[in-house]
Amino acid sequence: MSPLPGDISLLLLLPLIGALVLLLVPRQQRQILFTLALLASIAAFVWSLRLFQAFDAGSGQMQFVEKIPWMPAFGIGYIVGIDGISLFLVLLTTFLMPLAIAASWTVQDRIKEYLVFMLVLETGMLGAFVALDLFLFYVFWEVMLVPMYFLIGVWGGTRRIYAALKFVVYTMAGSLPMLVAIIYLASRYAHVNQAMTFDVMQLYSLRLPVNEQIWLFLAFGLSFAIKVPLFPFHTWLPDAHVEAPTAGSVILAGVLLKMGTYGFLRFAIPLFPDAAAVFTPLIIALAVIGIIYGACVAMMQPDLKKLVAYSSVSHLGFVMLGLFALNIQGIQGGIYQMVSHGLSTGALFLLVGMLYDRRHTRMISDFGGLWRQLPLFSVAFLIVTFASIGLPGLNGFIGEFLILLGAFSLTPGWAAAAASGVILGAIYMLWMFRRVFFGPVTHPENQTLLDLNSRELLILIPVIALIVIMGVYPQPFLSRMKTSVDVSLQRIQNSKAAPVATNHAAGREINTDGR
Amino acid sequence: MDVNLVPLLPAAQVLLAALLVMLLDLFLPDHEKPLLAWITIFGLALCAVDAVLLWGSREGSFGETFLLDNFSLFFTQLFVGAATLTVLSSVRYVREAGIHQGEFYSLILFATAGMMVMAAANDLIVFFLGLETMSVAVYVLTGIWRSSGRASEAAMKYFLMGSFATGFLLYGIALIYGATGTTNLTQVSAYLLEPQEQWPRYLSVGGLLLLVGFAFKVGAVPFHFWIPDVYEGAPTPVTGFMSVAVKAAAFAAWARILMHQLSPLDSDWAYAVRVLAIATMTFGNLLAISQSSVKRMLAYSSIAHAGYILIGIVAGEEWGSTSVLFYLATYVPVTFGAFAVITALTEKDRPKEEYGHFAGLGFKRPFLAMAMTLFMLSLAGFPPLAGFTGKFHIFRSAIAAGYTDLAIIGVLNSLLSLIYYLRVIVMMYMSEGGVQGKSLAESPSLYVAVGLATVATIYLGILPSRAVEWSRVAYSTLF
Repeated sequence: MSPLPGDISLLLLLPLIGALVLLLVPRQQRQILFTLALLASIAAFVWSLRLFQAFDAGSGQMQFVEKIPWMPAFGIGYIVGIDGISLFLVLLTTFLMPLAIAASWTVQDRIKEYLVFMLVLETGMLGAFVALDLFLFYVFWEVMLVPMYFLIGVWGGTRRIYAALKFVVYTMAGSLPMLVAIIYLASRYAHVNQAMTFDVMQLYSLRLPVNEQIWLFLAFGLSFAIKVPLFPFHTWLPDAHVEAPTAGSVILAGVLLKMGTYGFLRFAIPLFPDAAAVFTPLIIALAVIGIIYGACVAMMQPDLKKLVAYSSVSHLGFVMLGLFALNIQGIQGGIYQMVSHGLSTGALFLLVGMLYDRRHTRMISDFGGLWRQLPLFSVAFLIVTFASIGLPGLNGFIGEFLILLGAFSLTPGWAAAAASGVILGAIYMLWMFRRVFFGPVTHPENQTLLDLNSRELLILIPVIALIVIMGVYPQPFLSRMKTSVDVSLQRIQNSKAAPVATNHAAGREINTDGR
Repeated sequence: MDVNLVPLLPAAQVLLAALLVMLLDLFLPDHEKPLLAWITIFGLALCAVDAVLLWGSREGSFGETFLLDNFSLFFTQLFVGAATLTVLSSVRYVREAGIHQGEFYSLILFATAGMMVMAAANDLIVFFLGLETMSVAVYVLTGIWRSSGRASEAAMKYFLMGSFATGFLLYGIALIYGATGTTNLTQVSAYLLEPQEQWPRYLSVGGLLLLVGFAFKVGAVPFHFWIPDVYEGAPTPVTGFMSVAVKAAAFAAWARILMHQLSPLDSDWAYAVRVLAIATMTFGNLLAISQSSVKRMLAYSSIAHAGYILIGIVAGEEWGSTSVLFYLATYVPVTFGAFAVITALTEKDRPKEEYGHFAGLGFKRPFLAMAMTLFMLSLAGFPPLAGFTGKFHIFRSAIAAGYTDLAIIGVLNSLLSLIYYLRVIVMMYMSEGGVQGKSLAESPSLYVAVGLATVATIYLGILPSRAVEWSRVAYSTLF
């Protein structure tokens, strides 16, 4: 074991070190606090770019793997690694975080704690994406809950305490059964192989009888489905989004929701492939219902933030549809859509936040005719709206197209229904855009609004640039995903072919042997 | 009879320190009384050093009725740790509240010595001696703030209920003695190896009575009624001491006597303990939700945590023993820390222990609030904190032993507990108002106590391996 942290550990440590340094800075030094937090998050981004550059696109295996025993007696280790699936989610996280911090400039009180929580949150999210040990994954999964709870609860809107509690209770209601399932799985592994392990790579090789898989898949799946959120587990999302501060919404929609879909792809499906096959029709149905339901509800929202929140339900339904198509196009499209949803919805929340900073309202009816007053802002908003709709040439199109392609080969009927979600998406987004930006200026307050300042431009330009790049030149992204997706699919096939472990309640047998 | 005095060394040191404190108390002028606290801590520290040096040895005394083994040393460390934190957090509290300091510190030491005897006892009578030494000292500690009506009421209640529980234990001991002809646990367990048909009927009645007595002492539902009132009424540092050390001592004796030596009787009470565990967790958590006082909430939460520990006991000595010991080790700093924070808020004649009194604490007393946040999150079972690793091992042992249903009930209870633990955080960080007055108990040593508890909470959460290994070694010396 080398004394220096490995590549990924360093990535995890950078924001954490930033948070620790921030704790030492006196709270009056607003400028310094911001600069340090930005520097820490930018450092993490730069370092993740280096990982991206060093990443071997030809290999679908885990790369930069680090393995350190943590609680060896129970087979728990600090195991981290990145493959083509997690690489982009890591990049998305490190990319959005500096922007979210920069967008928090307007936060006035208790800025020190705010920034500390943001950086801890970043470490938690990155950790969950790179963890290859179920225990470690669970730790990070829970760790990111706490800072988010505080971000919503302290810096949120009027109903923030309710929203924060709902967010935590929903998430914990999912994750606690998952903890039992994780321990059960490790005990089952011990039952077959005489030693406990939480190492995902080794657990992949364990194939349990279908009836046990179903319970375990339900426990994992509930946790992930709440996070996605899959219809009908989505009710926490609008509350959390509406009450969260802008940066909180950006991170929540941009990254946290992807934890759920990532969890399905990395853990629930490959660990329990037979159960996943059993549940596929149900999940596809729920995903498509979510797509259409989310879009319909979004259409009727008077509040911009709520509209974007429900559009997330709809878009994440697409991701789920792609993942459970369980073919190369579907999964690739799902991952692509995760990243592009992170960018476009993140950008939408940033824009809504900027509008809120100016007018202190998010009601669509309070606006109208902003186009003439805020030309730059309107153009940015338009591009992001188009990206969100999935206009060809922007990032949203590639993901949705691949997903529908993958889904059509599996269930043409559901895929056709999902495709109508694209149309609904165009309707509610463009209708919203028309009401906010076109027409006469109905409220005199809107006539004095200022256009984007340089800080806001600096935040938006990178996002919009990436939205365009991902739309016109998807190859560098797709090629890095492809081999990893192939490997994942292969893994699912392999474990479906593996012999089934004997059907016994875990441990009972060893128990009697031991006596 | 052999007179090997080595096994008595740790307990004797604590007793000597207690006598020294009492003696010095007579001669010290009032303003020098805080010196007694440091003598107390010195005595405890010596005992801790001894326990470290003796780790690994196994010696018996008085015909193997008093055993010094890793098991008793493990618990000695827990008791000493809890007593040290108690003394640190009460230095200023007892002075300002007008509590007699000499008595206070010597009683803490006497109680600690009693606990050490309980953990080391390999004989039902010796166990009983330890139990009474501890209990009487704690009864008095509960009522030691004589000007507080609440404390006197609590002491009376505790005394009555405690004597009641003692009665059960004594009956149980008597029946077991009647059946086996001995009180020495090694001989009792040798007797239990004989075929079950030859046991007299009343032997299992004796076992059940012991179980009831223990259930009283750890506060398992439905024998928990005394806990909320006593915990609320007692001076807060004493409450902290009771909720961690007394509970740990009761579980130590439970582990050695019921779980290990009388394990052949398992079949009689396995089901009962399972019901106890479920009821204790569920009622503890449900009742904790509806409390308006944080101190009382913590009392109910300590009941709920006894329930989690009972899961480990149900899992049995092969699977659950390590997790029970480890859970207690994580429980001590976390719960004590929470009580220490309440101590810090106390004002003269005005307990500040309602939820409302915590409002705005996060930005008025950042350190205390941060520590309290960690304790609450840890009690709720958030990683990477001590409470999580403790629960993880409890659930792991339950699942390994085939009690997945208990583990599921356990996690659902953790979910319930979120509601009230998070309420404290909501108050501290998301509400305005709260305490303004001058704290009665705040002192550097109190901050040291809170700081130590915080460090232990984080350390046991991130690097639990060593403590888990100690727990395993400690229990395995019983065989």
